[in-house]
Amino acid sequence: MDSDNTISGSKQYSRREILAGLASIPVIGVIGYGLFQHINDRNKKLAPLLDDISSILPKGISPVVEGETIRLGIVGTGSRGKYLMKALGFLHPSRLDQYIESAKKSNEWAQYLNDFYAQEDLNIEITAICDVFDKNANWGVETAANIHRNGTGGKMGNAPKRFLTYQELVASPDVDAVIIATPDHLHIPVALEAVKNNKHIYCEKPLSCTVEETFAIREAVKESEIIFQLGHQGRQTENYHIAKSLINIGVIGKISLIEVCTNRNDPNGAWVYEIDPDANENTIDWKQFIGPAPWHEFSLERFFRWRCWWDYSTGLSGDLFTHEYDALNQILGLGIPYSATASGGIYYYKDGRTVPDVLNMAFEYPNRELTLLYSATLASEKERGKVIMGHDAYMELNKTLLVVADPKSTRYKEKIEKGIIEPHKPIFSYVPGQEKVDAITTPTEKYFAGRGLLYTYRDGKSFDTSHLHLREWLNCIRLNNGLQPSCDIDQAFEEAITAHMGTISYLQGRRTYWDADKQKII
Amino acid sequence: MNYSKSQLISLVALRFIVGWHFLYEGLTKIFTPSWTSKAYLLDSGGFASSFFVWIAKNQTLLTFNDTINAWVLTLIGLFLILGCFEHLATIMGMLLLSLYYLSHPPFPGIDYMFPSDGSYFIINKTIVEIASLAVICCFPTAHIIGIKRFFNKNRRK
Repeated sequence: MDSDNTISGSKQYSRREILAGLASIPVIGVIGYGLFQHINDRNKKLAPLLDDISSILPKGISPVVEGETIRLGIVGTGSRGKYLMKALGFLHPSRLDQYIESAKKSNEWAQYLNDFYAQEDLNIEITAICDVFDKNANWGVETAANIHRNGTGGKMGNAPKRFLTYQELVASPDVDAVIIATPDHLHIPVALEAVKNNKHIYCEKPLSCTVEETFAIREAVKESEIIFQLGHQGRQTENYHIAKSLINIGVIGKISLIEVCTNRNDPNGAWVYEIDPDANENTIDWKQFIGPAPWHEFSLERFFRWRCWWDYSTGLSGDLFTHEYDALNQILGLGIPYSATASGGIYYYKDGRTVPDVLNMAFEYPNRELTLLYSATLASEKERGKVIMGHDAYMELNKTLLVVADPKSTRYKEKIEKGIIEPHKPIFSYVPGQEKVDAITTPTEKYFAGRGLLYTYRDGKSFDTSHLHLREWLNCIRLNNGLQPSCDIDQAFEEAITAHMGTISYLQGRRTYWDADKQKII
Repeated sequence: MNYSKSQLISLVALRFIVGWHFLYEGLTKIFTPSWTSKAYLLDSGGFASSFFVWIAKNQTLLTFNDTINAWVLTLIGLFLILGCFEHLATIMGMLLLSLYYLSHPPFPGIDYMFPSDGSYFIINKTIVEIASLAVICCFPTAHIIGIKRFFNKNRRK
C-alpha cells in the first residue's frame, strides 16, 4: 500500500478505497433533500384549513338505551319495509341463506353479512305485521320470527300477529310503536290512526301526499306525547355532519346557490318494478290499498309501480328531491322556501304514468339570500353532484366530501397568491371511513365514492344509516324525557311543505309562495 | 468478476438508479402516516386478485402489509445505494416487485381504476425493474463501489 494514498490516521484503507466505499453517501443526501422538500410541500398544502378533522367527525354511536323491550308493529312489508326490518336486525331465513351463499363467493357479500351480524340488538320485538298483499305479510311474519338471525331450518322465535287492517294493528295493546312503510298516500292515514292510539311513529319519507294532511299530522303529533321520526336516514350520514361543521366555521364563505340533482337511467330507478307472479285480486286487498285515493279498478301495475301515479305518489319532488332537501335542511337549516317554480314533463317513460320523469325546480330563500336548484331526469345517469356554492369555495357532497377554493375568493386570496392554495384543486377532502385529510384528490376517493351509498361511518366503522336512524328513534322512546329524534315532526313538516310547493308549481304551471304568517301555500 | 471501466460505471449507475427509486418510494410511505395500499390492493386484477383483496379487507393484515412494504422498500433502496447485502436486496426486490406485478398484471381485458402512465401489454415497468434487479444480482458491484468493500476480505488492493 502506497503511503501517499493513505489517509492520515488510517492504516488499512487508501483514500481511493474510502472514496469507492462511500461513493453513495452524496446520493443518500440528495434523496434526503428530495424527501424533505416533498414533506414540506405536503404540509404546506395541508396547512390551509385543518390538519386533522377528527375534532369535527361525529364520534361513535349512542349506546342502545336500557329499558323495556319495545313492541313494534310494521305497516307495509314491501321492499322498503323489508329493508327496515333488516336494519332492525331481522332477515327472512331464506334471504339469510342467500346472503350466506353469496358471502362464500364474494368478499363484498361477506362484508355485508358480517355487518348484519355485527348490528347491535335493539331490544325490540316485532309483534304485529300488516300488509295488503298476502305474500308480503307472510314474509314479514316469518322475518319477524327470525329473532336468532338463523337460516332456513334454524330456531325461530314467536311469530307476530298478522293484522288485516292497519286500524286493527295500531289499536292492538301488544304494539307500543309503529313503523309505516306504505305507499305515500297511506302514510298520514296510518300515522293519524297511530297518534290517536298513542303509538310512537317511524314514518317513511315523504311525510305526506297532500298539503292538508301535512297540517293535520303536525297538529296531531304536537298535541300528543308520542316520539315521531321521519325516515330520512341521511340524518345519520357522517359527511353531512362534517359539512355542517365546515360551513359553520365559514370555510366556503357566503352561499348564494345550491344545486342538487337526481340522475337515474334504468326501469327500476324510474319505478318500473317487477310484478310479482303471485299477485292477483285474491291475494291483494285492493280496496285497502286504494284507501283515500280516487277509486280505480284493480291494476297490478298500479299496485307495484304506484310511484308512477299522483294518486298514490308524490313523484320526483316527494320521492327523490326530499332526500336532497333534507340533507341540506340538516346542514344549513334552510326551512321552507319563500317561493318555488317548477317545470318538466313525461319525456321518456310513455307508460301511462302521470308523474313527470324530468323535473326542474327552483326554490328561493330571499332571507338567506340564496337559491336552491333541483334538476332530475330518470333517463340519464350523467352524474351531477350535490354542490353548495360559496364565494370562497364550493363544497361537493357525494359519497366523499370535497371543498374546492374559488380563484376569486376573498378569504383565500393571499394563500392563492402565495401558491399555498391551488384554485380548482380540493383544499379539503374527506373520504368516509378515513380519519385523515388528504389535500389532493386521489383515485382512492373515486374508489370509495362508488360504494357504500347506504352506509355511513363512525370512528372508521361502517354502519347502516337506517339502523342508526331507527336506533335514534327507539332511544328517544326509551328515554321518555321529551327529546325528539333528528328528523322530528317540525323537520318533516318543512320537508313536506317544500316538496308540495314544487309539485303544485309543476301541476299548476305557476310560481307558488309560502305565507309564513298564515302558514299557507299561496 | 472483473469489469471494464464502462461496464462498472453502467452497473453501478443501474444499482444507484434502482436503489434511488426503492428508497424514495419507501421513505415517502413511511413519512406519510395516512398512506395505505388499501385502494391499490382492492383494485387488483388477474388470477391472484382475490388474494390481494383479501389482504385489503383484513385490517390487521393490511396494516402489517403496509408497514412491511414501506420498510422493505426503504431497506432495499438503502442496501443498493450504500452497496451492502446486495444479493439479499436484489432477491427481496424481485420478490416484492413480482407481487406488485401479480396484483396488477397488464393483461388484455383487465381494466384498472388507477390510471396507467403508459400503454402496456404483458411487459410493464415493474417487469423492467425486475430485470434490472436480476442484472444487479448477477453482476455485483458493491464490493468495488460500496461499503461492502470495507468488509470484503478479498478487496482489491
